[in-house]
Parts: sequence; C-alpha cells; structure tokens
Amino acid sequence: MTNFAKQPEKFTNQQTAKTTALDLTDTKGEGLWLESGFTIFVWGFAIATAGTLFLMSAVIFKDAWPAISKFGLSFLWNAKWDIGELQFGALPFIYGTVISSAIAIIIALPLGLSVAIVTSENFLPAWVRSPLGFMVELISAIPSVIVGLWGIFVLIPFLLPLQQSLFNNFSWFPLLSSEPLGPGMLPAGILLSIMILPTVAAISRDVLMSVPVDLRSASMSLGATRWETIFKLLLPAASSGIIGATILALGRALGETMAVTMVIGNSIQINPSILAPAYSIPAVLASQFREAQEPLHIGSLMYLALILFVITLLVNAVAVLLVQLIGVKGAKN
Amino acid sequence: MTQAKNTQTILDAEIYNPLSLGRNFFSQGMTVIAFAFTALALLPLFAILYKILGEGLTHLSWEVLVSLPAPVGVEDQPNGFANAILGTALMVGIATLFSVPIGVMTGIFLSEFGRENRAIANTIRFITVILSSVPSIVVGVFTYALIVVTTKVFSGLAGGIALGIIMLPVVALTTEQALKIVPTSYRLASGGLGAGRFQTIFKIIIPAALPTITTGVLLAASRAAGETAPLIVTALSSQFWPPLIEKLGEISQSPIGAETISKLQEIPGTLLTPTPSMSVLIYNYASSPYKEQNELAWTAASVLLGIVLIASLASRAVTRKRLQDR
Repeated sequence: MTNFAKQPEKFTNQQTAKTTALDLTDTKGEGLWLESGFTIFVWGFAIATAGTLFLMSAVIFKDAWPAISKFGLSFLWNAKWDIGELQFGALPFIYGTVISSAIAIIIALPLGLSVAIVTSENFLPAWVRSPLGFMVELISAIPSVIVGLWGIFVLIPFLLPLQQSLFNNFSWFPLLSSEPLGPGMLPAGILLSIMILPTVAAISRDVLMSVPVDLRSASMSLGATRWETIFKLLLPAASSGIIGATILALGRALGETMAVTMVIGNSIQINPSILAPAYSIPAVLASQFREAQEPLHIGSLMYLALILFVITLLVNAVAVLLVQLIGVKGAKN
Repeated sequence: MTQAKNTQTILDAEIYNPLSLGRNFFSQGMTVIAFAFTALALLPLFAILYKILGEGLTHLSWEVLVSLPAPVGVEDQPNGFANAILGTALMVGIATLFSVPIGVMTGIFLSEFGRENRAIANTIRFITVILSSVPSIVVGVFTYALIVVTTKVFSGLAGGIALGIIMLPVVALTTEQALKIVPTSYRLASGGLGAGRFQTIFKIIIPAALPTITTGVLLAASRAAGETAPLIVTALSSQFWPPLIEKLGEISQSPIGAETISKLQEIPGTLLTPTPSMSVLIYNYASSPYKEQNELAWTAASVLLGIVLIASLASRAVTRKRLQDR
C-alpha cells in the first residue's frame, strides 16, 4: 500500500526533470548555432562546387569575346589560322578533333564490347574475370602524358612500316592518300582508342550484367547458342546503355589533350588522309596558349576552348542522362 | 517403315550433333574473336608497363631523385628531376588543401541533406558529374583566365588551383558514395541519443566512412599528379628548385630572429612563380632531341606511373574489403 502511494510522486518528479531537459523552445544553446552554421556551410560549399561550372563558362566566354565579336560564327568554318596576319578559323582543329575521335570510337567499340562480354559472361572462372576487368580499368589510370610518351617512342615507330605499306598499296583511296611521316591522325586515333576503351568496357559490362538472368535462360532453353543469345538478346537489351557508354567515351576522346598533342603532328593543313599529320582543339590549346601574345590570338584560343567546352558539355550531359535513365529503368524492373 | 527409319536417323543426328556446321562455326569463331579482341585491348597496358620497366627503372637511381636537371651536354654533373617531384607534390598539396574541404562538404550535402532537398541535390549532383567530365585543358584555360591573368604571372598557385578544380568533383562524388554506404541505423541511433545533425555527421558518419573517403582523395590526388594539360597553361615549368622549398630551407638554416618573420612573410610570394612538375617534364623531354633527356622522361614516367598504380591498387584493396565487410 505504501509503495503504491509513493510511486505517483516519483513519477511526477521524473516528468518535470524530463521537461526541463527537453525544452524545444531553447534558441540560445551553442548546439543550435553550430547546427545552423554547419547547415549554411554545407549549402554554401555545395553551391560553390556547382557554381564553378557556371563561373567557368562565364570566364571563358568573356575572354573569348574579342574573337567572337570579330569572327562571329564564321570562325567555325574558316580554315585559315594565321598568327602573323591575325586571321583565325577553327575548322582544321574541329576537323582533327572529330576525325581522331571517330577513329578512336571505331576501334574502341568492338574491343571494349569484347572485353565487356568476356568479363560478364561465364567463359572464364570468376577469379580470372575480376582481375581481367580490373586490368582494363587500370589503363584509364595511366596518365595521358605517359601514354603519349609511349606513343612517340613505341607506337609511331611500330606503325610507320604498316602505314607505309597501306600507302603503297591503297594510295588511290582518299583516306590513305598521303605519304606517312610518323605522327598523324591514325596514331592519334589509336592512342585515343586505348584511353577510352576502359570507359566503353566498364559501363557496357555493368549494363550487360544487369540484364536479367531469366532472359538468358529463356533464350538458351529455346535452343539458342551463347553467341546467338548475346547478339539477339543481350546486346539489343543493353543497347541504350552501350550507346551511353560510347557517348561518354566520345566526350573523353574529344577533350583528351596530351597524348593527342604528342602524336598528331600538329599541322594546320586539312588533309583527307588519315596518314597525314593533323591538329585538334586541345592540342592547339596546349601548344600555343603559353606563347600567345596578341589579344586576338588569345581570344581565338579562348573561343576554341569555348567550342570544346560546349561540345563536351552537351555530349556528356546526354550520356549522363542516358545512363541515369537506364539506372532508373533498371531499378524499376 | 523407311519413313520411320529416316526420321530416326535425323533425330539421331540432332541428338549427337545438335548444332549445324554454320551455327557451330559462328559460335566458336565469335569466342575466338572475343578473346583475341580482349587480348588486343590489354596489349597496350602490358606494352606500356614493359617499356616503363625496361627504360625507366633501369635508369632510376637515388641520384636522379635528388638532383636538379643538368644543362644539356654537361656530362660530369648529376642529372635528375628532384625539383619536378617537389613541384608536383607542392601543387597537388595546394589542390588537396582546397578541394578536400569543399569536396567533402559537397559530398555531405549530396548524401545527408539530399533527402529533404531532392531536386536541388539531384541538380548539384548532375552539375558535379558534368564538372568532372570537363576536359582538363579547359580547366587549365579557365584557371589561366582567372588566376594567371589577374596575378600576371604563370605560377604554382595557379597550377595547384587548376588541379584542385579537377579533384573537386571526384572528391565530392566519392565522399557521397562513402557516406551512403554507412547504414541508416547509425544515423537513427545517433539521433535517438540526442545528437544533432552536426554531431551525427562528424562523430558517427564521417569516422565510419573515413577509410573510403581517404582512398578516394588519394586516388584523386594521384590522378591529379599525372595531369599535364592544365599545368602547361598555368604553371609552366622551370629548371630550378621550387622557390617555396628554397625559402623553407633558408628559414630552417638561419637563426630564429626578426628576419625569420620577414622571411615567413615572403612565403606566399614564392607560390607566384613558374613551378616544375613531373608531368610537364615528361612532356618537354619526350619531344627533346637529346637522348639523355628522353631517358629522363622515361625515368620520370616510371616514378609517376608507380605512384598512380599504387594508389589505384590500394584503393581497390580498401573498397573491396569494405564491400566484403558489409
């Protein structure tokens, strides 16, 4: 009985203690300051990160303005680049960038897809597949200046006799119609393909692996061989992801600088032959920027940087959205 | 009777040899092609490693790592690229100093504040991904316009900032991934014990995610060390020790006094000078007509590649272990 009488009293005591500790209207505590200060900090830094991209476009646009106002859009299809006469046109560089990237994609797509298929199918035991995939991804970790160094001292000497025989036998064909000198569009394209292959391989592998096993089993139980399943089922099912991977790789190829600068030969002449030296937008920025004195020359280089920036931005945005879209669709399935 | 027998032989053929010759050929042939292409894809990696081991490591010596580049043609002077190693370390250090706080904060925003501001977080994440794919030469040109034009001098500071802008989105995105791996129950438990968001994040979530964040930062820094294009248009290169290192040496050797303070004040100025780096040295020496400079380029490449590969392998080891732990 006594127990019973005491308990409510204790209970009320405890409750009052709790109420003072849990005073939600307290706005003076240092915890609150810390909390709101921290929130502002985090918001500020996150917006600063995103703002970098906008600052970048604004600054490059502003510095490119002298060239934009002088040449306008005709800059894009003017092929003359003469520092002495202050006549600038972007066509040789756009041409070189596009063609070298195209060569890279043509080579990297089949090779990258093969790697993706070999590492996602069960041709090999898992303990072989996983290091294999890692080794291909390791290629993307090699600094591009080292790939370029290798290109100068190994790839170009190796390719020269091949290029020579191509020229000797097929010089009637416009793409192979010039005497190879060593550096040129073809070595640049091959080096680029080495550098973008991991992108194609890694994303394609992920997409292929996300195709449901049921579909595979269904196809094989109907009598299809493994390769018939791959060509008629897996690749079509994964096609949008593979396209996304290819576009992402294209974005990387367009902006790749050092390796291309070192082997493309840096020639402003537009030559239809892929054996001839050429030039690309990143290469001209890397090789002429530090020596540029004339404001119009700097402005034109900035204009080139702006073109490259806009193109890669669009290409990457499309690729990222495509890959994200697949991710969302995959999550729903 | 013959009809039935015929069917039987066809069935036998189907059972014993289920694939027609064409399909069999296609199947085997594609396997061979796929493996050949995979081997071809791996060939450059091994060719580069082979060449690096052969050309680079054979010339690697202590002398190369601690001496300045010798003028071309001088035989009796030790030839090396110690200044480039220090310059790279200096610029990557600057880059890390400013990209890690901003990047980690952005990662915290994306992971922890993203739940209630989904649209904003998605936008910022998208912009960060796009920022990470901006060509490095464009980042270099941007830093040139922003820093080099303002300070009127090519400098290590500008190079460091360019590398920092390249590291920033990588650090932000890896931090986000690292924080998202931390189980939600940790957050609930911490909140249940009365911790605020600040306390939860800094005392619970960041410590739990620290190994992953650290390897992410290491990976980003090692990649930044290999970047060449942005440094060509911002930091240039030089044949001498980075002035900061020289100044620090002076300070450490002279007695502490009134002069020390004035010398300390000169330190920020030392950042505003052209700074050598390993990657730019490789680029310059690769196209040099002198054989000893070409050899030095290979040696520098072996050091640089060693750093990058070790960072990649370490980060793979750590992330794999973390994934297995879960």
